[in-house]
Amino acid sequence: MNPRTLNRQSMTHWVLICARLMRENQAYLTQLDSAIGDADHGANMTRGFNAAEAKLLELTNDSTPGEVLVLTGQTLVTSIGGASGPLWGAVFRRTGKSLGNALEVDLTQLEGALDKGLVAVMELGAAEPGDKTMVDALSPAVDALKAALGGGVSLEGALEKAQLAALEGAQNTTPMLARKGRASYLGERSVGHQDPGAASTALIITALHLSLRDPFQGDQALRGEG
Amino acid sequence: MTMKKFINSVDTFLEDSLRGFAAAHADLVELHTAPTFLSRRHRKSGKVALISGGGSGHEPLHIGFIGPGMLDGACPGQVFTSPTPDQMLRAGETLECGAGVLFIVKNYSGDVMNFEMASELADFENATVLVEDDVALPGSSSTGRRGVMGTVIVEKVLGALAEEGADLGTLLEAGRHLHPRMASMGVAITSCTVPAAGRPTFVLAENEIEVGVGIHGEPGRRRDVLRPAAELVQELMDALLEELSPAPGAEVLLIVNGMGATPLAELYVLFGEASQVLERLGLRLERSLVGNYTTALDMAGASITLCLLDAEIKRAWDAPVHTSALRWGR
Repeated sequence: MNPRTLNRQSMTHWVLICARLMRENQAYLTQLDSAIGDADHGANMTRGFNAAEAKLLELTNDSTPGEVLVLTGQTLVTSIGGASGPLWGAVFRRTGKSLGNALEVDLTQLEGALDKGLVAVMELGAAEPGDKTMVDALSPAVDALKAALGGGVSLEGALEKAQLAALEGAQNTTPMLARKGRASYLGERSVGHQDPGAASTALIITALHLSLRDPFQGDQALRGEG
Repeated sequence: MTMKKFINSVDTFLEDSLRGFAAAHADLVELHTAPTFLSRRHRKSGKVALISGGGSGHEPLHIGFIGPGMLDGACPGQVFTSPTPDQMLRAGETLECGAGVLFIVKNYSGDVMNFEMASELADFENATVLVEDDVALPGSSSTGRRGVMGTVIVEKVLGALAEEGADLGTLLEAGRHLHPRMASMGVAITSCTVPAAGRPTFVLAENEIEVGVGIHGEPGRRRDVLRPAAELVQELMDALLEELSPAPGAEVLLIVNGMGATPLAELYVLFGEASQVLERLGLRLERSLVGNYTTALDMAGASITLCLLDAEIKRAWDAPVHTSALRWGR
């Protein structure tokens, strides 16, 4: 596999790691969502990505990276519920659609597609940077990928920068006043708590980096073998 | 450690509960799965199909209001989590019978987005009424006001009209008519425990209350000190009356709704105080409702709802209804 591109296996690996990170961090996300929400974010994201992981078993070997992401998005919509379902559904579906039929995707194509995914979620949720939402982690991640374009950074290096930007973005939500979603009902009381949607976004971008950095066992992993 | 609830496992909680509900009320409802929704058994061809839904954990809202005179169907999501578009699509396809579908949606971003997706994807004619009766938070916020106990009033009034054959346009107009006439606000004395979380969403000290609380166990407008019921009620009523500005002698429907863990006796204490406030102001208490209708699992708390009445609203409120949670006139 060419380390300068991502393919179907990379995307599948991404979703598998998302599922693992959600499971491992479910209690943490629940705790964040208890402070400024209704305590269901951890369970919702875990259920959604577990379902996406299971759904990817149905894809054939000649699916494209785009198809993997579109199917993931569709599955997230029907299994997460709440606001996160439609929002993450929009990110994965639009990103997947934007990749077209390409079998291999380079950094430029990935950045362009994720940028469209970001625009889709900002339109759907009517959120802007600073509103204390998932956008505050996703937007810096896309910016980091954009900054890595044309600068001699490897694909993996770019994904690592995106991960760090997302993590920093999530942490930066802590002092923000929530203007969207359930946290916005708390007004001033939302200040001082990290946004759970931004935290799970950082996990998803982390998974993207890990999907390239760590070896993928191939489809054996999906089948529970090897 | 096992959570102290009547539960087999967190993963099966919702399906166990829905199956039990469907078995208990098999004369009224039918449970469908993959995707999940409940439908009314006694269907009437040619009427608008009224479908609502939302996260579970607020029972009897919404499944308890399925039946003649009220909802045709309801789509339950996971606890405190909006249902997904495929649920509403299948419910609509199943229940649509010649006059389109009306979705009754509480104003939460998740509920709005998922119902909107279903509405856009649907082949059947459909419209949406949005419920935003909670006055605890400023209406000026970008997320708007939450839909809480007023949802039951909307479902009852529009349910009566739909039963008589009102079309989608008439129902939308009735929803618009009700909107400025309803106001609700709640207060909690404990939080609640979501099964998947395993512990209370927030913790109140012995003498603390959460004022302006929502129905998902999230914190409210502010934390305060527990005070005698009369004082709490005065504060809630002040907020409702400021919002509604009723004319002297206006007729009202007063609802005291329990959040799930508050004894009926306490709800009646609250009702007594609220009705005295009305009396002092020369407002006429014409209709009342007390009980657990829009709950938050095991939260101890209550909400007060005021609805300004006119002849049409009264007639629709009084119309016969047969659901598991509300039944009169038949």
